Amino acid sequence: MNPQALMDGLITGSMIGLGAIGVTLTYSILRFANFAHGEFISWGAYFALAVSSALGYLSGGLLTPIGPFSFGWSLPISAVVAVALTGGLALLVDALLFGRLRAQRGTVIIMVMASFGAALTLRSLLEFIFTSKPAYYSKALQIALPLGGGLRATPDQMLSLALAVVLVVAVHLLLTRTAIGRSMRAVSENQQLSGVVGIDVRKVVRTVWVLGAGLACVAGVMAGLLVQIRPYMGFDLLLPLFAAAILGGIGSVPGAMLAGLIVGLAEALAVQFVGAEWRAAVAFVILVLVLLVRPQGLFGRPE
Amino acid sequence: MSVELIGYGCFFLTMALTYAIMCLGLNVQWGQTGLFNVGIAGFVAIGAYVSALLTTPDTANRFGGFDMPILVGWLGGALAAAAIAFLIGALTIRLRSDYLAIATFGVAVTVQLCALNLERITGGPFGIGFIPRPFASLAGDPLLFSLFNLGVLIVVITLLYLALERLVRSPWGRVLRAIREDETAALALGKSAVKFRLQAFAIGGGIMGLAGAVQAHFIGFIAPENYLPMLTFQVWAMLIVGGSGNNRGAILGAVLVWGLWAASAGAVAGLFPPGQQARAASLQIVMIGVALCAILLLRPRGILGEEKVVSRHLGKLSSALRNDAKPATPKQ
Repeated sequence: MNPQALMDGLITGSMIGLGAIGVTLTYSILRFANFAHGEFISWGAYFALAVSSALGYLSGGLLTPIGPFSFGWSLPISAVVAVALTGGLALLVDALLFGRLRAQRGTVIIMVMASFGAALTLRSLLEFIFTSKPAYYSKALQIALPLGGGLRATPDQMLSLALAVVLVVAVHLLLTRTAIGRSMRAVSENQQLSGVVGIDVRKVVRTVWVLGAGLACVAGVMAGLLVQIRPYMGFDLLLPLFAAAILGGIGSVPGAMLAGLIVGLAEALAVQFVGAEWRAAVAFVILVLVLLVRPQGLFGRPE
Repeated sequence: MSVELIGYGCFFLTMALTYAIMCLGLNVQWGQTGLFNVGIAGFVAIGAYVSALLTTPDTANRFGGFDMPILVGWLGGALAAAAIAFLIGALTIRLRSDYLAIATFGVAVTVQLCALNLERITGGPFGIGFIPRPFASLAGDPLLFSLFNLGVLIVVITLLYLALERLVRSPWGRVLRAIREDETAALALGKSAVKFRLQAFAIGGGIMGLAGAVQAHFIGFIAPENYLPMLTFQVWAMLIVGGSGNNRGAILGAVLVWGLWAASAGAVAGLFPPGQQARAASLQIVMIGVALCAILLLRPRGILGEEKVVSRHLGKLSSALRNDAKPATPKQ
């Protein structure tokens, strides 16, 4: 086996993991499977693209690569802006659609369906604005550095992996050590009861959207930097996201990340042994296996 | 001119009615039972491909081509889709309702992938051509040919409609309603919710397979790109617009939404320069997405809405009660 598959798997897996954290949080706290979550990945990537092109236009110096990386300061700056914009987008969609459905006490499945409609709208809007032609943050080429043991990675890839680790630890600490994290867990246990004891449920809902969309945006920027930016990039990740969220156990942040890595590695192995054209089926196979063997996932509790 | 107009009218209606079949299938799953299927395109594709394999003449370089009669193909397509629906249902129906949604989404992605990659069976990206069309001997006379094809679709829809109406009003259909409205009460009456849901899901999937098969034989050519997630979305829009839980609504919604879709496609073709058409087509999808969300928010019951009372007995009972009540009111 080519050890490089391991590296590819880890990188795809960390993107899937970051996205799956958002899916698992919306699922456990807002209680529905959000089919529009993949679109936050694509929108995040395109927000960053738009902002970084604008910055590059204003000042060419921002485009000169930093150290060993392929991008200039315009990308980190625009990534931060994009995280905020994607969070805003999620809040907007919630205000226009999901919040109203919650107020009408719509059933879970109406929410799922609405998210399906929102996903299509957001994706096609992106296709309308940016066309379906692939885009890139930087045209610079990078040389992969040997890491030993036959593994190679470009500086961009190593930075992405490190960022993913930092973010997962941060989100885990946020959920377990802070007041808002405790509120979030309380709402996911029992929404009515936590409202009764004085937890601001609406604030929790807003936090979930901003956090989920922000992480999705980071995953989108990573995917855009390491692969390419397309309107369908989020849609193509949707099934792996769901597979990872369910494999990790709904509501578990470390579970989502670990399961994301598992799905990513499984995809890389499938590319090695079965063929690249079957990559998209891996998530489905994992999903079916989890539902058959352990529907509550690795870290989930049985219902 | 008028002949062409009638010809186009027939073509339009025939296409709309193939969507109406999918809509009827979804109505069994969602409208009657409350099961969410995000993989309609997958089940339709299974029906289309199975029927195409069964009925096309033997082809070199490709498995199948069994040259069987069209009706066998339709039946086979429906059965294959029903079997897959049964398996997926058996896996997820016991779990939370949105697990089924996620699993069906996976089916659609996987079927699409199989259609693209299993070239020896599905013809890969080029698809399968030369699918026999009903009344092919009449192809020389376009008007008669399209009228006959429309006739076939009308017969299929009528039979399906009558069968489904009967099913909805049967004890089986009433149990489905009962489970959807109050699962605990239905369980207390000794009805196995899982079993009934699974049956409804398989029947709905089979109808979608039939729709795919019928459509494939009407167009005469299938390829993976006919079965993108967009199709799932269109069928959902049709059912929601027409009114879920109502079979007439499903058919009406299919014709209406397909009409809107065709009209907006025409507008896009007319209004935008050729270079911008692909871009404008995505705007068309944005419109239909916004419309679906708006309907969910503003008029979740659709145009016709659901028939609340499906039992004949209850209808009689309530009118009898009304008659009894009349003399009791004091006369002035």
